[in-house]
Amino acid sequence: MWASSFPFADLQLFPVAASKQATQIDQLYWFITAVSAVMTLLIFACLLAFAWKYRRRVQVESTQIEGSTKLELTWSILPFLVMLIMFAWGAQLFFAAQNPPKDAMEIFVTGKQWMWKVQYPNGGSEINALHVPVNQAVKLTMASEDVIHSFSIPVFRVRHDVMPGHYNSLWFTPTKPGHYHLFCTEYCGMEHSGMVGWVDVLNDRDYANWLAGGGTGTAGSLVEQGRSIFMQNGCSTCHLQDQQGRCPVLRGLYNKPVQLADGRTVIADDAYIRESILEPNAKIAAGFQPNIMPVYKGQLTEANVIQLIAYIRSLSPNEPASQQGDQQRPVVIAPTDANSSNSGTSR
Amino acid sequence: MATIAHEIPQVAPEEVNYLNVEHGWKSWLLTTDHKRIAMLYLFSITAMFFVGGLMAVLFRINLLQPEGIFSPETYNRLFSMHGIVMVFLFLVPSIPATLANFLIPIMVGAKDLAFPRVNLLSWYLYIAGAAFTLYAIVRGGVDTGWTFYAPYSSTYSNSYVLAAAMGIFIAGFSSILTGLNFIVTVHKMRAPGMTWGRLPLFVWSNYATGLIQVLGTPVLAITMLLLAFERIAHVGIFDPNIGGDPILFQHLFWFYSHPAVYIMILPGMGVISEIVSCFSKKRIFGYNFVAFSSMAIAVLSFVVWGHHMFVTGESVYTGLAFSFLSFMVAVPSAIKVFNWTATMYKGSISFDTPMLYVFGFIGLFTIGGLTGLHLATLATDVATHGTYFVVAHFHYVMVGGMVMAFLGGLHFWWPKMTGRLYPEGWSKFSALIIFIGFNLTFFPQFILGYLGMPRRYQSYPPEFQALNVLSSAGASILGIGYLIPMIYFVWSWKYGPKAGNNPWGAAGLEWQIQSPPTTFNFDETPIVKEEAYNYGKLEEILG
Repeated sequence: MWASSFPFADLQLFPVAASKQATQIDQLYWFITAVSAVMTLLIFACLLAFAWKYRRRVQVESTQIEGSTKLELTWSILPFLVMLIMFAWGAQLFFAAQNPPKDAMEIFVTGKQWMWKVQYPNGGSEINALHVPVNQAVKLTMASEDVIHSFSIPVFRVRHDVMPGHYNSLWFTPTKPGHYHLFCTEYCGMEHSGMVGWVDVLNDRDYANWLAGGGTGTAGSLVEQGRSIFMQNGCSTCHLQDQQGRCPVLRGLYNKPVQLADGRTVIADDAYIRESILEPNAKIAAGFQPNIMPVYKGQLTEANVIQLIAYIRSLSPNEPASQQGDQQRPVVIAPTDANSSNSGTSR
Repeated sequence: MATIAHEIPQVAPEEVNYLNVEHGWKSWLLTTDHKRIAMLYLFSITAMFFVGGLMAVLFRINLLQPEGIFSPETYNRLFSMHGIVMVFLFLVPSIPATLANFLIPIMVGAKDLAFPRVNLLSWYLYIAGAAFTLYAIVRGGVDTGWTFYAPYSSTYSNSYVLAAAMGIFIAGFSSILTGLNFIVTVHKMRAPGMTWGRLPLFVWSNYATGLIQVLGTPVLAITMLLLAFERIAHVGIFDPNIGGDPILFQHLFWFYSHPAVYIMILPGMGVISEIVSCFSKKRIFGYNFVAFSSMAIAVLSFVVWGHHMFVTGESVYTGLAFSFLSFMVAVPSAIKVFNWTATMYKGSISFDTPMLYVFGFIGLFTIGGLTGLHLATLATDVATHGTYFVVAHFHYVMVGGMVMAFLGGLHFWWPKMTGRLYPEGWSKFSALIIFIGFNLTFFPQFILGYLGMPRRYQSYPPEFQALNVLSSAGASILGIGYLIPMIYFVWSWKYGPKAGNNPWGAAGLEWQIQSPPTTFNFDETPIVKEEAYNYGKLEEILG
C-alpha cells in the first residue's frame, strides 16, 4: 500500500539523460523554458506593478491611451524572432533524428495489445524488454499487429508512433548504462498502462555476457527463421533462386528499383516487401500476373514478416542489412522470463 | 411568442423584464428570446460541467495510488467521458452559447439574433446530442478517449462508441447554428452607427469563433460519420486491415479539433478584453490589434493541425511547415496578452471579482501559451508528446484560460442577466481558491510529463506517485472552488440584492439598458455615436 511508504521520499523532478539525443534535446528544452520563464515574469511584473501603481484611489482617474503601433510591432516581431530560433533549433534536431548512422544496430519491435515483442538480428526475442550495448547507435524498426501504439523511452527522449500497416522507425545512441522504463504512449485499449517494459543499457562486458547467456540457439538467426518460414509457406516453389519462374527472383532485389506493371517504379524496401507479402496484388511487378501469389494478410504475423524480410535482405549481401546477423549466437528469452525483470513495476 | 403574462406578478411593483414577462415551462421551452435561450444553455452546460467534473474527481482518486484503485476498464471510461463531456458539451458551447448568446444582440444594438428560432433549434440539438452522450455514459461509457483514434475506435473498442459519436455529431450542428447566427447578426443587425471599428472586442472574438464553428465543425461531422460507417459496415476507411489508413482519421479529426481549441479560447479572450477595460476604467490598448488578432487566430488555426502528428510518421517537411505555422499562431495570442497588460497602464484599477479572474486568466493563459512553444518545436514535441506535459499544457489553456474567463464573464454580467448581486467576499474567496487549486493540480503535471509519464495510464511507476498525489490534492481544492460560485449564484438568483442597471460603471451598450433587460432589449433602436470603451467620457454616458 502506498501509505506504508512515504511517496515524497523518491520525488524526482527531472529525468536522467541517457542518450546523445537526450542531452541535445534537454538543452533546447531549457532554452525554451528559460525564454518562457523570462516572458512570464515580465508579464507578471507588469501586471503587479500596474495593479499596485494604478489602483483606484478615491475617484476614477485614468488616462485614455489609443495604443501604439510601434509598441505593437515590437512585441509582435521580437518574440517571433526568438521563436524562429526555437523553430530552427528544433527542426535541426528533428531532422538529425530521421537518419540513423550507417553502423546502427537494427532491432525489430512489434506492438500488439498489450505487449512489445522485440526481435534481435541473431534470432533472439524478448517481451517488454530491450537490451542494448552502451555507445552503440541502435535503430528500431517497428510494426503494429492491431491498433496504433507509440514506443517511448523517456530517458532517451525518443518516441515514435507505431502505426498498423506501416513500418516506423527511431534510433538512439545510449550513453549511460542502466535500467530504464519504456512506455506505450498512444492509448491502445484496456491494458494500455500495462504496455510497459524495461530497457537495459549494458556496458560492453555485460552485453557480451548477456549475449552469451541468452539461450541455446535452437531458433537460429532471424535470417534462418525467415528462410524456414519461406520454405514452410511454399514461397520457394515460385520465387526460384536464379531463373525466372512464375514470380520474381528475389536474389539481389533488396533496395533495388522495381518496375511495376502500371509503369511506376518503386524501391524494394522493407515497406514494399511487407506489402508484397501481405497484399501481393497491391503492386504487381512488370511482366508478372496478378492473383498468382496467395494473400498472406491474416496468415502471417508482423513478427513473421520481419523474419521473411531479414531473409530476403540476406539474398542481397551487398546491401546494408542486419550486420549483427549471423555472427552472433542467438538469444531466446521466453515471455515468462521477461516478467522477472518486470517485477519492479507497479503492475 | 412574447405575449402578455397570464399570471399576476407576485411582487407587484417590479419592472417587466425578460424573466418575469412570462411564466411556466412552456414560456421557456418555446421561447425565441436569445436571453432566455442563453439561460437554458447556462443551466445545461453547468450540469454537463459537473458531470465531467465528477469523472475527473473519480480518476484523480484512482491516480492517488501507483497501481490504481479502479479497474483499467473503468478508468479508461472515466477519462474518455471526462474529455468528451468537457470538450463537446461544456467548453465548445460555454461562452458562445451563454454569454455571447445573451450579449451579442444587445452589444450590437439589436432586438435579438438574426434567426431566433434557429437559436432555439440549436439548444434542442444540443440537448439531443447531450442525451445521446449521457445514454452512452449510463449504458457503460466509451473508452476511446475524446480523440476517438481509429482503428481502435472503429474496430477494437467494445464500448458505446456509436452513441457518443452520434451525440457529438448532433451537438456539432448546434455549434454550427450558433456560429452562423452570430455571423449573420454581426453583419446585418448592427444598430445605426455601430461600425465594425466600434464593435466591442467580445463581439469580434465571437465573430471569429463563429467562422471557425461554421467552417470547421462539418469536418468533425464527416469524421464521425466515416467512423460510424466503418464500425457498422466494415468499410475500410481508417483500419489498415480492411484497406484504410489510420493517419487519415487524425488529419480529419485535427482539422476540426485544432481550430476547435480556438473555439474554446477566443470567446474567453473577448471576455477578458471587456473586463480589463471596465475595471481599469480605460480604453482597451490597441483596439485594432486586439480585434485583428482574433481574426488572425481564426485563419491560422486552420493550418496548424499537423502539429498533433509530428510522431505519426508524417513527412518531415510536413512537420517542418506545421511547426513554423504553429509559431505564427502564437503571435496574435501574445499580442492580446501584451495589450491587456498595457490597458492597465495609467488606468484606475479596482479589484472586483471579475477583475480577479482576469489576473487569474492572464497568469494561467500565459503559462499555457508559452508551454505550447515546447510542443510547437519539433524536437521537444517528440520528447513530450503523449505525456502529462501535453495534459498540463491544454488544461492551462482551456481550464486556466477558458473556464477562468467564463467565470469572470459570468461574475461580470450576472447583475445584467439576473438583476442581482452576489456576495462579494465569497466570490473573491472562491476566485482565489480556484487559482490555487488549479496550479496545484496542473503544475506538477508539467514535471510528470517531462519525466515521461504517459497520458491515459490507469497505473504508473511508483516514483511518479508524489507528484500525482499533489495533483489530486489540488483537484480537490479546485472542485471546492467550483462548488462555491454554484451555491452563491443559486442564492443570488432568488435572494441577491438588486444590482441596478450598471453596478460596475461600465461603458458598453449593454450597461445602458435595464437589468434584467426587457424582451426586446431596447425601447427604441439605439443610435451609436461612440466606441465601446469610451471611459474618457464615462460621465456623459452614464448621464
